[in-house]
Amino acid sequence: MNTVLTRVRAAAGDGWASPYLKRLIWPLAVLVLLIVVNVAITGFDFLVPGVQDGRLNGAFVNILRRSAPLLVIALGMTLVIATKGIDLSVGAVYAIGAAIACQWISGPNENALGTVLIAVAAALAVAAVIGAWNGTMVAAFGIQPIVATLILMIAGRGIAQLITGGQIPDVNDTSPFVELGRGAILTIPVPIVIAAAVLAAFAVLTRRTALGLLLESVGGNPEASRLAGIRAKGITILVYLVCGLCAGLAGIIGAANLGSADANNGGLWIELDAILAVVIGGTALIGGRFFLLGTTIGVVIIGTLEVTIINVGLSSQWQFTAKAIVVLAVALLQSPEFRAFTLQPFRRRTPAAAVQEAAK
Amino acid sequence: MSTPTLTARPSRAAALDGLGRYVPIGATVALLALMYLGGLGNYRNFDNPQLIPDLFIGNAGLLIIGVGMTFVILSGGIDLSVGSVMAFSTMACAWLTVDAGVSAPLAVGLVLALGVVSGTLTGIVIHYFDVQPFIATLVGLFLYRGLTLQISAEDVSMRDVAFFDWGMTRVEFGGSPREGGFSLPYLSFLALAVVAIAFVVLHYTRFGRGVYAVGGNEQSALLMGLPVARTKVGVYAISGFCAALAGVVSAFYTKSADPLRGVGLELDAIAAVVIGGTLLTGGAGFVLGTVAGVMVMGLLSTIIAFQGNLNSWWAKIVVGVLLLAFILLQRVLARSGEKRRT
Repeated sequence: MNTVLTRVRAAAGDGWASPYLKRLIWPLAVLVLLIVVNVAITGFDFLVPGVQDGRLNGAFVNILRRSAPLLVIALGMTLVIATKGIDLSVGAVYAIGAAIACQWISGPNENALGTVLIAVAAALAVAAVIGAWNGTMVAAFGIQPIVATLILMIAGRGIAQLITGGQIPDVNDTSPFVELGRGAILTIPVPIVIAAAVLAAFAVLTRRTALGLLLESVGGNPEASRLAGIRAKGITILVYLVCGLCAGLAGIIGAANLGSADANNGGLWIELDAILAVVIGGTALIGGRFFLLGTTIGVVIIGTLEVTIINVGLSSQWQFTAKAIVVLAVALLQSPEFRAFTLQPFRRRTPAAAVQEAAK
Repeated sequence: MSTPTLTARPSRAAALDGLGRYVPIGATVALLALMYLGGLGNYRNFDNPQLIPDLFIGNAGLLIIGVGMTFVILSGGIDLSVGSVMAFSTMACAWLTVDAGVSAPLAVGLVLALGVVSGTLTGIVIHYFDVQPFIATLVGLFLYRGLTLQISAEDVSMRDVAFFDWGMTRVEFGGSPREGGFSLPYLSFLALAVVAIAFVVLHYTRFGRGVYAVGGNEQSALLMGLPVARTKVGVYAISGFCAALAGVVSAFYTKSADPLRGVGLELDAIAAVVIGGTLLTGGAGFVLGTVAGVMVMGLLSTIIAFQGNLNSWWAKIVVGVLLLAFILLQRVLARSGEKRRT
C-alpha cells in the first residue's frame, strides 16, 4: 500500500497529491472493506468481469453500470456544492429529461437515429435551461440555493407528468435509444463510458485550467472573489447550468436502460443520494474544496452498499437504515466538534489547555 | 447608520418597517380569499358549509407537521425527517397495538415520547456537533423510513382496535350539513389545539422569543445571553413531537398503517410554511401564516377536484409557482428594507 502511495505521489508531484490523497483514504478504505465483504461471501466472481454477448458482465460491472446516472448527477452536484450551493431539483430534472426523451421518441419513427438524436438534444437543452434558471435565481436574485432549487424540486415532477400526460411512455427495444442504457462500446457498457467521459471532462476542465481554482474561490468567499476580479455570478450560473445538464443526461441514461420514463418515480430521492455521495467523498457542504474522485468513490460505495445488503442476507428494506448509518457516521466524522468530543479522553493535556479548562 | 437619514424621514420608515412584517401573511390571506371567491363564482356546491371544515380534516396531519416545521424554520433550520417519522409513528401504533398487544393509549404515549426523543437527539447532533440541519435530518429521513419498512412492508390494519374510532367521532355545529351546519371530528380539534398552543408559545413565552432571536442571528442571540442550545434542541424536539402526533392522527384517520405514507410530505410542509409567509432563512414569520399556507394547499386540491378535468399534477406546478412568487416577494421586501436602513 505504502509503495503505491509513494509512487502515485511521485507521479503527481508531492505538493499536489498529498492533501487530496489524504481526503480520499477514508472513503477508499470503506469501499475496499465493502468489496472484501462481498468477495468473502460470493467469491472472486464478484470482482472479475466476464464477457457475454460482446460486453462485460459481472456483479461489480453491474454495480458500476447501475450507478452511472447517479455518478453523472453527483459530479454536477460536486461543482454546485463547491460554490457553497446545493441543487435539490436534480431528481425532478432527471424525470423531466427522461420524460422529454421518451415522449419525443415513442411513436412511428422510434427506430430512426435522427429522432433519437433530436430527442436527446431537446431533453439536454431543456435540462440546461432549467439549470440556468436555478443559477439565475441564486446568483442574480440572491436567493438561498436550497430555497431556489426547492421550487423546481416540487414543481418539476408536475412538469414531467404534464409532458407525459400522466402516462409512462415506453420505447421499443429495437430503438437505438436503448443502446444508451444497455449497449456497449468495446465491451464496456455505454452508461459507464458516458459517466467516465463526464468525469474525465470535469477533471480536465477544473484541474488543468483555472476553472477549478475559480470555483473553489467562489465557494470559499463569493464577495472576496468578486473583489478579486472573478465573475462570481457568471460562474455560479454556469455551475447550476452544468448540474442541470448532468441531471438531464442521467435521466436519459436511466430512461434508456429501462426503456420507459416514469415521471413520478424516476430518479426519486436521487438528489439525496447524490448529496450523500458528495459528502462521503470528502467535499464539505460549506463550499470551497471539492473532490471529483472522492465523489466517484462515494457513488460506488452507495452502489456497492445496496448489493452488499442483499449479499449478507439482509432484506432490501435494510437499505434505508444502512444509508442512515452511513450518513450519520460521515457527518459525525467530518465534524471537528465531534472529533474533539470523542478524542478528549485520549488526548495528552497540554499545560495551556489545562489552564483554559480551569478558567472555565 | 448616519444621522441625516435618521432625521430625514423617520416616521414613514418606522411605519413601513412595522407593517412590512405583515405583507407576506397579508398576501397569503388575500390569496386564500381570492381562491374561495373564485371557487364560489365558478362551481356549484362550492358554498357547502362543510367545505372549509373538510380542509381541517384531510389536512390535519399536514397542519400539525407544518406547525412543528414553522418552529424549526423560524430558528433558521430545516427538518427533512418529518414524513418518515410520521409514517414510522403510524406503523409503530399499529405494531404495538395489533402485534404486541400493548393497550392503545399506552402505545400512543410511547410513540409521542419517541418522537420527542428522536427530535432531541437530532437537535443535539445539530447544535453540539455542528452538523448541518439538512444532513442531520436526512439521517432521520432514511432511518425511520427504513425502520417502518422493516416493521412491515405492507399495509397493517388497525380496524379491530376500538380506541382508534375515538378520533373520528364528529361534533356537529348548527345542525347537519343539509341544514347549513357543519361537523368536525375530534382529531381536527387536536390539530387546532396544536396551532393554538404553538401560537401562545411563539408569541407569549421566552422560548418563543428565543426561537425568533436564534433564527434572526444566532451569534447575536448568544451574545445577548439567550439559551441558544436549549432553543435549538427544543425546536427539533417540537418538530419530532409534531411529526409523531401527525402519525397518531393518521392512525385515527385511516385506521391503517402504510409504510410508504408521507413520502415527500416534508416538502409539502416546507411549502406550506413558506406560502404562509415565513422566511426560509429564519427569524420572521407567523404560525397562523402556516395555517393559511396549509389551507391554500388544501383549497387548491379542492378546486382541482371541483374543476374535474384538471389532473393532479397541476397542483404541484401551482404550488411551485406560488412558492416562487412568495420567495421573490420576500426577497423584494428584504432588499427594500436594506435600502431604507442604509
